[in-house]
This record gives sequence, structure tokens and C-alpha cells, in this order.
Amino acid sequence: MTQGEDRTLSVEALARVEGEGSLHVRVRDGLVEDVALNIFEPPRFFEALLRGRRAIEAPDITARICGICPVAYQMSSCAAIEDALGMQVDEPVRALRRLLYCGEWIQSHSLHVYLLHAPDFLGCQDAVGLAELDRQALERGLNLKKVGNLLMEVVGGRAIHPVNVRVGGFYSAPSREALGGLVDPLRRARDAAIETVAWVSGFDFPDVSADYRFIALQSPGHYAIETGLVASSDGLSVTPAEFADLVVEEHVERSTALHARLNGELEYLTGPLARYALNSHLLPEVARQAATDAGLGPVVSNPFQSIIVRAVELVFACDEALRLLDGYEPPDPPGSDIPMKAGSGTGATEAPRGLLFHHYDVGEDGNITSARIVPPTSQNQLTIEADLRRTVQGGLDLSDEDLTWRCEQAVRNHDPCISCATHFLSVSVTRS
Amino acid sequence: MTAASPVADDRPSLAVWKFASCDGCQLTLLDCEDELLALAGAVRIAHFTEMSRVDIAGPYDVSIVEGSITTDDDAERIQEIRRISHRLITVGACAAAGGIQALRNFAEEGAFVGAVYAHPEYISSLNTSTPIAAHVAVDVELQGCPIDRKQLLEVITAELVGRKPVIPTHSVCQQCKGRGTVCILVAHGTPCLGPVTRAGCGALCPSVGRGCFGCFGPSEGANTGALASRLLQIGMAPVDASRLFSTFYSGNETFGDQARSLRSADDKAGGATAVNS
Repeated sequence: MTQGEDRTLSVEALARVEGEGSLHVRVRDGLVEDVALNIFEPPRFFEALLRGRRAIEAPDITARICGICPVAYQMSSCAAIEDALGMQVDEPVRALRRLLYCGEWIQSHSLHVYLLHAPDFLGCQDAVGLAELDRQALERGLNLKKVGNLLMEVVGGRAIHPVNVRVGGFYSAPSREALGGLVDPLRRARDAAIETVAWVSGFDFPDVSADYRFIALQSPGHYAIETGLVASSDGLSVTPAEFADLVVEEHVERSTALHARLNGELEYLTGPLARYALNSHLLPEVARQAATDAGLGPVVSNPFQSIIVRAVELVFACDEALRLLDGYEPPDPPGSDIPMKAGSGTGATEAPRGLLFHHYDVGEDGNITSARIVPPTSQNQLTIEADLRRTVQGGLDLSDEDLTWRCEQAVRNHDPCISCATHFLSVSVTRS
Repeated sequence: MTAASPVADDRPSLAVWKFASCDGCQLTLLDCEDELLALAGAVRIAHFTEMSRVDIAGPYDVSIVEGSITTDDDAERIQEIRRISHRLITVGACAAAGGIQALRNFAEEGAFVGAVYAHPEYISSLNTSTPIAAHVAVDVELQGCPIDRKQLLEVITAELVGRKPVIPTHSVCQQCKGRGTVCILVAHGTPCLGPVTRAGCGALCPSVGRGCFGCFGPSEGANTGALASRLLQIGMAPVDASRLFSTFYSGNETFGDQARSLRSADDKAGGATAVNS
């Protein structure tokens, strides 16, 4: 494969991503001419079907946008509805939400690290291939994932689409005994997460980096998950409502996901790389040590190393869950009363794959009159395309097969959730 | 994409397909952490895009289908999948009843796409979300939003040994009794669809003090009319009772008809009950 020729790469159904999308790359005279991440997941029109529904139904309905990160949808919708209704949530309830969210981070990150992403680095087609190569590693990943699911089951009642979450808090608070049973599994999970960081940091990474504009929540004293101001690596610090006003979404022909830009022009990146760059100083010692041992600095700008950052966040999520369990007292009441009033509100939380914000207008009858939901993948899509452009330009010496795989990997670096943004990616290669 | 090496393999082949859905039901397969490797040994995973780059052409012994039909392309794709699948199992409320996105079936034509997209002309989408069985013959339908992991394992195990799966068709009420949960409808007047909803989740909602919201669809012989009367008796507004029947299984006839009947009762009353109920 020599530079200077014309090539077209396309993947018609991208594997190991959540949802359905395809990837097309065109190279002319050795230069990348066009890159497009097409999203053909059939649209489900959540913003439309929420109109006329009770505001209190938003957490259960929006959870169905994504089976992999339903807690993120429940938490962002609760925050937005509570903002609209002028509600305050008590600290013990907020802590319990954070605990539930740790379960989702553990489940989703271990799924992505072990089943979706690591196979790329080891030349495996999938987790079955990984099991043939290193069964112990895959079993470690599955055990981690199981602990995340267990935590969600104990706090949320169910791992996929939890039933215990409501606007204002929870239907019931788990008992101390029930949560006490999670301590030993979480300690083992924390050890497994530390081993995960060491394992993935030994992979070979393509030598690339990018100057990303990072956006993540920031919260004093905590690695932000369920609350905070929206901050950027270039100095922005605004409330979720102010941020929602800054984000302009455009509808392009090739995608059933809307593309988000800051101020209508700037692309940006949310997710583990962004959270780590903005908040790594707030990680607990055990997670910081794991990151240091893996050779990470305070900012990671090689997107292929996002797998290490995700593993560091696994250590954090296990450790944070243990911290929250220590001295846990069931919140009483488990949730606050919900006033019936009109209002508008915005809520933003850190889904495993990045910032997720919701905005609702609620009428006097308690019904939603309009809804806006902006998932992380919509926000990251333009940056993912920019990554693809760099990947192709830097990989023109690779065979079509290898370059295509590298492109798929470049997309998977950002753990896109295409069901969220609307479904998954396919790639095929043809050369002119 | 990449084909696996053509070694002799007499294991049954399994394909997993996605239509309009959230991925939660296929994730349930990956959530079988203790059984996943055993399963991957017992079957040849020939097509499962969320899990693998391997993509082996059909025909397949068993296809598992998640999601509902919402586009012309998908209406054609399910025909092809049926043609190349010896057995076809659907998983979840989307595949069985159209899912939450079947709420569009009750909206004015075009109202939904225009509410979300600036350029409706870029969007190719039907005005309805319909179950898989409305398009092709289905061998087994597993209910739930999401499906239950143990039920999924039961269905796959039954498929592999060639027997009928043992899946209850009775109501959530029986599971509540089984776990010793006090009836929240009787004791606290909490609206609950447990009496008419298919068992399978383990009666989770009443166990945390909230009413069942019907995410496994109707149980066999569900008397929704009697339950609707009871809901109104305990003070629920018809419009709210209607919403309760039209969330995750609105595309199912039993729940959908009950929702419409409650809605039209409310409309006749001038919608007055909709406020401050």
C-alpha cells in the first residue's frame, strides 16, 4: 500500500459497539478527503413520546433509551425534573444515587474494557477469542462486571432498567445488611480493577495524540459523577442549564443522531479522557497510584489509551462504592415529596461514556411539554470523525484489512453508544 | 467482515439481531457472566454484532431477535432473517409488542419525526412500531422490558436440547405471594398492574413499595377491565390509568385497548380528571 493512491474504506456494520452504524473513509492522492460515521440506528423519537407524559415518568421512560447505561438516563432525567420543580435532594439520597451510579460505571466499563475493546489490542475477533488466549483475564472481567450488576440489583432492584429510582430519590432504601453483603465482592473487584489497569497498560498503543477540547462535570472534592458544573479544558465553567444553551445540535443527512457543537461551531470530547484530564487530581489514592504505575500523566491525549483510563475509573468506582458503603445509614425518607408545579429544568450527569444532559419543560398539570436529551455519543461524534481522519492519515502504510480494523478500533476508543445517539457501525474496504 | 476459520464445527449456530431497541435484552445475554463461556462453547456464535467482528453467513440454527420494526428496510431485513433461520426467538417488549416506541402508533402522522429532527426528509421511518410476529412467524417469544436473565437461559437451554421452554404465563401477583410481599394495592391503595402482568421479573416493584408498571406485558387471561375499575375506585384519574396501560406494552392489544378505552372515558368527561389528579 503506497501513499498517493486513491482508497475508499467502508465498514457497513461496526461490531462491538452498542447500536448500529457504519464507517466510510475516502482517500484521494494520499490525503484523507472524507470521513463519515453514519448512524442508521432507527430513530425512536423519545423527545416526542415524552410530550404529554407525567414528569415523574421520565426516569422509567428515558432508561429505555439505553440498556447499557439506564442509570445515567434515570439520574440525568431526575436531576432535570427536580430542577424544573425546584426540588432539593437530601445528601444521603444523593450518596445512594452515587452508589447506584458506581454500579453502572463498573458494569459498563468492564463490559467495554474486556468484551468490546481489549480484543482489538490482542488481535481477537471477540471475547471468545480472548478466552482462548487468556481465559483468566476474561474471567476477571466477567467477575468485575458481575459485581457492578450486583450493586445495581441491590440498590436499584434490577441491573437493566432499575425499578427503585424515582424523581426525588428512591422508592425504598436498601437495608444496611443488604449493602453489607457487597463489601467483600467490591474489595475483590477493586483488586481485579487494579490488575486490569496493569493488564491493559501492557498493550501496544499506536503512537498518536490529539489536542482535544475536553468537557466534563466538576464537583468540589469529588471525581464528579452525578452532579457538578460543566467545565472544559479551555476554561469554561457553567451550570448544566447554561451549557445546554451553548450546545447547538445539527441534523445532517447521514445520521439519525444529531451532531452537537459548542457555540454552534466547536467540536469537543466528553467521557473518560475528559473526566480524567479535568478531575484526575480528585481520584482516590488507590486509583491515582494505579494510573501512575501504568505510566499515565495528568492528561491522556492518546485516544487508544482510553482503555487504561477506563480501567483507572474502574478502580475509582469500586473504591468510591466502598467509601459510600462505609457507615451507610438508609436515608429516611428514601425520597422527597414531589410538588405539582410548572417549570423548566436541566440536569447533567456523567454516563460511563460521557456527559449526558436532559432538559424538560413541565406544565402546571405535571405533564412534560417539551424534552431535549443530548447523549454523549452525539457530542463526541465530530471528534470521533476527526480521530478517524488522523488514524487513516497516519495509517496509509497499513493494508486495507489492518487499516479498517484500526479505524474500527479508533471508533471503539470512545465507546460510542449508538442506541443512545439513536445504533452501531460497519466497515468495508474498497480501493479505486 | 471477517469470517472465522472454516474448521469442522457441528455445534448449532446462533445469530443475534437488533432492530429498534435499547440493546438491553441482548446485553442480558452478556450479563450471563457465569454461563457465557459455557454457552459460547455449546453454540457457534455466527453473528452477534454487539459482541463480535465474526460474521458468518447463514443459514442459522437459531436466531435471537431484539427490537421492533420501524423502517421499510427493517421490514425487508426481518424477512431475510426468517428465511435463513431454522428457529427464531424474539426477546423483549420491543420485539413482542413494539416497545415504548410504539407510542408513535397513536400519534398523528409525522408529528414525532418533526418534534425531534430539523430535516424530517432525511429520516426514513415508518409511522408505526410493530412487533416481529406482525411480519414473520416467530417460534418463541420471550417477554419483558428488559427480559429476565434466568428466563433467557431457560429458553436457550430448551432450544439446545429440543424441548419447550418452561416460562410462566401467570401474573406478577403470584410471584408477590411467593416472596411474601404484602399486597400494595389492597393494603396501601397503590395503583399496581401486578394482577394483569405476566410473571418473570420476580415481582420487583412491589418489593420496593411501588406498583407494577406492566413491563412484562399481559398475563394469560388478564382481566384488565376489572383492574381498571379498581384503579378508578381507589381514586386514580382515567387519564393516568390509561398511561399506566400504555407505556412499555402499548402495542399489545390487551393493554393497548384498555388504555384507549380509559382515554376515551376521560375524553367524554371533558378531560377534567387530567388536572391535579
